[in-house]
Amino acid sequence: MLVFYIFLLFIIIAAIIAVETDNLLSSVICVGAIGFGGSLMFLFLRAPDIAITQIVVEVLGLIILIRATIARDLTFISGQREFFATIVSVTILLVIFLAGILVFQTLPDFGMPIFAVSTDAASQTYIREGLKATGAANLVSSVILDFRAYDTLGEATVLFTAIIGATVILRKKTKKLLEE
Amino acid sequence: MPYALCFLLFVIGLYCAVVKKNMVKIVIGILIMEYATNLFLIMLGYRTGGIAPIVGKADVAGFEAQVSEMFVNSCVDPLPQALVLTAIVISLGSLALMISICIRTYERYGTFDITQIRRLKG
Amino acid sequence: MKGMTIIVKTISSWVKVLIFLFGIYIILFGHLTPGGGFAGGVILASSYVLVMLAFGREFVEKNLSLPVASKLDCVGALLFILIAILGLVFGGVFFVNFLYQKYLPGQALNLISAGTIPLSNIAIGLKVGASLFLVIFVLSTFKGAPSAEKGVWDSSRFSRNSKIDPEVTETDSLGKEE
Repeated sequence: MLVFYIFLLFIIIAAIIAVETDNLLSSVICVGAIGFGGSLMFLFLRAPDIAITQIVVEVLGLIILIRATIARDLTFISGQREFFATIVSVTILLVIFLAGILVFQTLPDFGMPIFAVSTDAASQTYIREGLKATGAANLVSSVILDFRAYDTLGEATVLFTAIIGATVILRKKTKKLLEE
Repeated sequence: MPYALCFLLFVIGLYCAVVKKNMVKIVIGILIMEYATNLFLIMLGYRTGGIAPIVGKADVAGFEAQVSEMFVNSCVDPLPQALVLTAIVISLGSLALMISICIRTYERYGTFDITQIRRLKG
Repeated sequence: MKGMTIIVKTISSWVKVLIFLFGIYIILFGHLTPGGGFAGGVILASSYVLVMLAFGREFVEKNLSLPVASKLDCVGALLFILIAILGLVFGGVFFVNFLYQKYLPGQALNLISAGTIPLSNIAIGLKVGASLFLVIFVLSTFKGAPSAEKGVWDSSRFSRNSKIDPEVTETDSLGKEE
């Protein structure tokens, strides 16, 4: 359990640096540190699938972010900070945080999830019948491609749409203006 | 309590997305919120002393592909992991979309500052 | 976009094959070991991104140009839906694992097992890999130099007589100008 607290502390310190620093390159490097700490934490939370995916997605995300921020003039944000708006938003966020802490008392304890005590949870079926009903040894694969394949279809659609949107935004010349 | 620290990460990302004026900082704030959500979902399914949800040769009892009782009693939850797997790849797609909007805005206005991109001309 | 030094080019031409092979391994064994279609597809895309960063954009464009990548993306998505519709034709229910339940059960914990799950993994891996390579390629093509005066939207660039976009200046792999 101590290991989780150490990783969470590392991630929170990296997040605070990423938010507060003025230099955008340092921000992007700290986002990389957050992703790396998250991947290690997934490994200790017994989720190797997610750890592999997180680390490779983190690397590509860093390449995209650095492409946008390097060699552009953006590190100097002019204008005075508006104190009133900042203090109001910080107060509201503090209230949200305290409300969240109160809600978390109703969740089951960390390390003793609900499906371990009740026998009609969905995960009990997935663990007991997973190998026999689908034949896959990796239970997470059997969940995303056999028991819940509609979610994967939805994800493929969302990814397709996002990539099409990004490609259309970055187009250079439109067809109508090329005809004249 | 680990849940509280994860929620603190989410609130830090929300602060960055709401208060900051630089467009890339707003994108970084949204990215931190996505990391915090994925972390929270995986933490919900953790079981103390658990093993990963992959069936090995030692966990199969008998010939008819039936998993052993010890595996069922000590396996972590595979359902949140399945949901988070697709969420991570979707966050990469949405990051590409946001950054393409930022680059296009920089080309038109010359700055990333959201308080200066308000004037229209003719 | 020009490439990097000769050391980086040599090493990356050896390493790119290993990364590609690793991506194919993660996709194919997705039903036995951790991994699956999504992680494997991202690894495939990152091998092409490595070549693009080290050798320059024109080198990759000869190998895997933009229309081909976009068509591969569509082929992956259509293959995934085809497997689902075949489940409707052969099994009676949309998306059912018809290969495992009727025709080819295979043996658990072997490579040929779990029916249509490896085929779906291959389709997803192809789709995700081609998509991410496409978006990073398009991001590197677009230079995005500021052409208007700072802070003013210039709507005359949409009129018929004006020049549409600034010239693309050459940049090296990370965006700095030559």
